Amino acid sequence: MSNAATQNKGFAAVLWDYLTTVDHKKIGKLYLYAGGLFFLLGGLEAMIIRIQLIKPENNFISAGLYNEMITMHGTTMIFLAAMPLLLGLMNAIMPLQIGARDVAFPFLNSLGFWMFLFGGIMLNVSWFTGGAPDSGWTAYAPLSTQSPGHGVDYYVMGLQLSGAGTLMGGINFLVTIVNMRAPGMTYMRMPLFTWTTFVVSILILFAFPALTVGLFLLMFDRMFGAAFFDVALGGNSIIWQHLFWIFGHPEVYILILPAFGLFSDIFSTFSKKRLFGYTAMVFATILIAFLGFMVWAHHMFTVGMGPVANSIFAIATMAIAVPTGIKIFNWLLTLWGGSITINSAMLWSLGFIPSFTLGGMTGVMVAAAVADYQYHDTYFVVAHFHYVIVGGVVFGILAGLHYWWPKIFGRILHEGMGKLTFWTFFIGFHLTFFIQHFLGLMGMPRRYWVFLEDQGLDTGNLISTIGAFFMAFGVIVFLINAIYTAVKGEKAPADPWDGRTLEWAISSPPPHYNFKQLPLVRGLDPLWIEKMEGKGKMTPAEPLGDIHMPNGSIIPFVMSLGFFIASFGFIYQTNYDIAYIFLFGGMAIGLGSMLVRSLKDDHGYHITKEELEREAD
Amino acid sequence: MSHDHSLNPETMPHNPEKATLEGKNKFLGLWFFLGGETVLFASLFGTYLALKNSTAGGPSSEELFGLELVFIMTMLLLTSSLTSVYAMYHMKNNDFKKMQLWLGITGLLGLAFLSLEIYEFYHYIHDYGFTFRSSAFGSAFYTLVGFHGGHVLFGLCWLTAIMVRNAKRGLNLYNAPKFNTFSLYWHFIDVVWVFIFTVVYLMGKVG
Repeated sequence: MSNAATQNKGFAAVLWDYLTTVDHKKIGKLYLYAGGLFFLLGGLEAMIIRIQLIKPENNFISAGLYNEMITMHGTTMIFLAAMPLLLGLMNAIMPLQIGARDVAFPFLNSLGFWMFLFGGIMLNVSWFTGGAPDSGWTAYAPLSTQSPGHGVDYYVMGLQLSGAGTLMGGINFLVTIVNMRAPGMTYMRMPLFTWTTFVVSILILFAFPALTVGLFLLMFDRMFGAAFFDVALGGNSIIWQHLFWIFGHPEVYILILPAFGLFSDIFSTFSKKRLFGYTAMVFATILIAFLGFMVWAHHMFTVGMGPVANSIFAIATMAIAVPTGIKIFNWLLTLWGGSITINSAMLWSLGFIPSFTLGGMTGVMVAAAVADYQYHDTYFVVAHFHYVIVGGVVFGILAGLHYWWPKIFGRILHEGMGKLTFWTFFIGFHLTFFIQHFLGLMGMPRRYWVFLEDQGLDTGNLISTIGAFFMAFGVIVFLINAIYTAVKGEKAPADPWDGRTLEWAISSPPPHYNFKQLPLVRGLDPLWIEKMEGKGKMTPAEPLGDIHMPNGSIIPFVMSLGFFIASFGFIYQTNYDIAYIFLFGGMAIGLGSMLVRSLKDDHGYHITKEELEREAD
Repeated sequence: MSHDHSLNPETMPHNPEKATLEGKNKFLGLWFFLGGETVLFASLFGTYLALKNSTAGGPSSEELFGLELVFIMTMLLLTSSLTSVYAMYHMKNNDFKKMQLWLGITGLLGLAFLSLEIYEFYHYIHDYGFTFRSSAFGSAFYTLVGFHGGHVLFGLCWLTAIMVRNAKRGLNLYNAPKFNTFSLYWHFIDVVWVFIFTVVYLMGKVG
């Protein structure tokens, strides 16, 4: 299990290593690979949508396929690209930032990843088995209960699997941060990225079960003849909307808060300053999370909840602008008077501030319940949420990737290509989505397959599609950059950016046990403190001793595979009795794996002191 | 760090279930998990409350429910929570045999509860034609109460697995957290039932 042994291995050995790994850094990489792949798929779907809308009454794809494209684009980008990419960064970096050797539940961490991956595969298998889900990523009933074929069934089972995986990830991060911080790492000394990981995990914990229940109800209605959303038998389709948005609104904060956290770290590092208003930043994060649970019905202003409910939700929504504003000003004041370095990571961060602020402003506009009757279901809303999700989350992911690439992969991304990616993507993004505000105000509804000629929508849509090609170009340059860096990129030193936090105190990439000796943390930005006092490296908090490590395991993979097989059984038992074999067989594999996990002792192993002494620093 | 986790009365720590980092993590992790489960059941309760009068011409909750049976079920499950407390008490005193005995009683009470629930469902379906598919009320009722029943069943399987697995080797620092997390989970199932008894049965009978 030493480092030397992991270097010269055949493909099969590497594959087996990744299938069984419980190391948070490798699982982080797996999340990044899988999330990246789904991001490309979602992007491809977006390009097809934009090509269809390049001119009036276009016939590039059929109306039915268009519905599948918009549904899969939204679902893929939210659940299979943005979240896993963020979970990947959290997995790879957060334990390093708090000075831990691994997460609290390494086995569960691996299980969470495989559940997510099989859920994502499940969703995309639908393309080949008679059609993808086509009732929008929100899957409103009764559209979703009435949708023919099995597309929506794949949506239900795929999201159920990947949602379970995400929930496990959330619990794991919470316990890790509470129980496994290094000596001296108090809560108010944690880097902002760790703080946002913590708060986001709380959001995941309390938001995802609502989706779980919503999906169960939809599953029971579609596959087992229940009547939750069937008005003829007394059902009520608004229940779906409530459950979906009780999950769905916190979900947007689950996406944006980690981005806020990593921007805070990046601004502070590249301005060579302590983050301005650290305490206010922490409390603003918590406040956003708290308010995020009180605003779900602002997605439902036009449902007819009445003026009182609409007003309460409108005011609660607008209140979120206050802690968000606190954050924007604190970032600006971190930059103020700093010794600023501008590189790719910093460009994404600087580009984020105006882009996200625009999205925030339109957010307050759509929060005004009365005005929302005009905006609802138009391209104005499409423009708004792409400004916050692309301008916030995707910019954040790309900033984080450029910033932490050396730590995760041990090589530094090419700066020139990084800047080219930024400028093409940044310009393309504003070209694509800024014009959509006006298309929406002129009355272009979202999710329509075609629009008519000479209604003032032609030029706007053309510009939007051109912008999308700029974004695609930027993404391709980033891919080339990633491959180039892997082959001949510059080897990264431990601390390429003159960093402030603990992840920069160990080598790039870190050894599999992370810290040979747990570091003693003496304040916020612990590494910076040691640098300022002339020491330059962390003081150990413990003598060199044996390190306890968890064993790898194939069980998480087998268990997820079992539930994946069972999902097909659930879907097809409505047509074929033979599907019950898959249903019961898959459940037997899944539950059997759980039993094996429970019965088989797993004490882990120890890296001895002698082995550690032999390895160089 | 010792590889031998077994306990003897001399070296017995005060709380064996939380003596190791793994134990502490399991303890906290289960609490967080129960937080998520609370939202899961809250969503099911919300759905049930929205649909409980949507009988679509079928029998209403007043006609269906009989409080006698449900009262017995409640007593069985509440008692099983108490017996699991006894088991944890004996675990902390390192008395493995008594812990197993009380856990066994806990399991039997849970099994009795589950049998009565199955009988109850059978009674509604057979005597009233009240099924999962007959109305939105039916779907909501069987989903809420069935999810709870499913949790009881899962708990029973879990309990059986850890009791059988550890029957011969006794208590140690590796398995003590497992018994403890089971007991926490079992209390949670009990608390959920208290809400089901109140919201579904009492309010359904008189509300």
